[in-house]
Amino acid sequence: MHSFGYRLNGLLTFSVTILAVMCAMASLSDNLNTPSPSAEIQVTNINRFQKQPRGNDEVSLTMNISADLQTLFTWNTKQLFVFVAAEYKTPKNSLNQVSLWDAIIPSKEHAKFWIQTSNKYRFIDQGNNLRGKEFNLTLHWHAMPKTGKMFADKIVLTGYSFPEEYR
Amino acid sequence: MGLIGDTVDSIKSIQTRQLLSQAVSLGMIVTSALIIWKALMCVTGSESPVVVVLSGSMEPGFKRGDILFLHMSNAPIRAGEIVVFNVDGREIPIVHRVIKVHERQDTGEVDVLTKGDNNNGDDRLLYAQGQQWLHRHHIMGRAVGFLPYVGWVTIIMTEKPIIKYILIGALGLLVITSKD
Repeated sequence: MHSFGYRLNGLLTFSVTILAVMCAMASLSDNLNTPSPSAEIQVTNINRFQKQPRGNDEVSLTMNISADLQTLFTWNTKQLFVFVAAEYKTPKNSLNQVSLWDAIIPSKEHAKFWIQTSNKYRFIDQGNNLRGKEFNLTLHWHAMPKTGKMFADKIVLTGYSFPEEYR
Repeated sequence: MGLIGDTVDSIKSIQTRQLLSQAVSLGMIVTSALIIWKALMCVTGSESPVVVVLSGSMEPGFKRGDILFLHMSNAPIRAGEIVVFNVDGREIPIVHRVIKVHERQDTGEVDVLTKGDNNNGDDRLLYAQGQQWLHRHHIMGRAVGFLPYVGWVTIIMTEKPIIKYILIGALGLLVITSKD
């Protein structure tokens, strides 16, 4: 009952249990945080708006993105993954979401930012429905913790639309 | 020296009945682990409720050796979710983020494109030949939580199987020589 093996076994079981409890408590402490993020996106220019040979519309645009996401960080946050997606509806598809830009925010100091960028990923529709179409730009974030449950949410900004003609 | 002497003595003094009862209790431990695993599969709705991150394509968020908890629900797949999917013909599941979603109005079926956070390009190169989009049946679950470093045990046991044999051998020895 008091051999080295039993003592080692007891010690290991206890330490693993304590570690698991600590991880669970760290994750639960994230629920105490009430975040209040804000964001603004302006489309400064539509660089290209063409129909590809395959028949799909393609858009290239430049945006100003400014956001303050500092309140989303807790002591248990490892990083915040942020991305901007365009959402719109077409006759064939009830929902289209196309990610235009993303970034990783490693710490609270970097969480208040302003950036001017063109879309990182090609914005290609399934079809040629984009002329004159209204779309929303949503800023999504995904909080990845040091341990435990991940949180995600978004801010929806409405009122953007594509030009009536190709250019 | 005392430990080795005790071990040799106890191996010599094994009786059939004691051996059988130890085999039964070992079987009980294995089957209760199996029951817990299957129950987790039911609760989370996913074929493998826990996966180990094997590559660095989602760094710095998920590093090699982290484990992810998965959950699958009928909620529609949306951009930004971290999904685990199987490509036809590949047996190792991939954990990446959804960057494009096109959901059909009439059938509710969905075309999904994924990309690893740390990769420069999207996953079209990883999909099967000629496949441009993932569909719902490829996706095994969404990642909802994670624990760092715990998956290294699995990685070490897979990449250096000798350690697996040593561990099982040591466990077997422990079972045989315990007096319970």
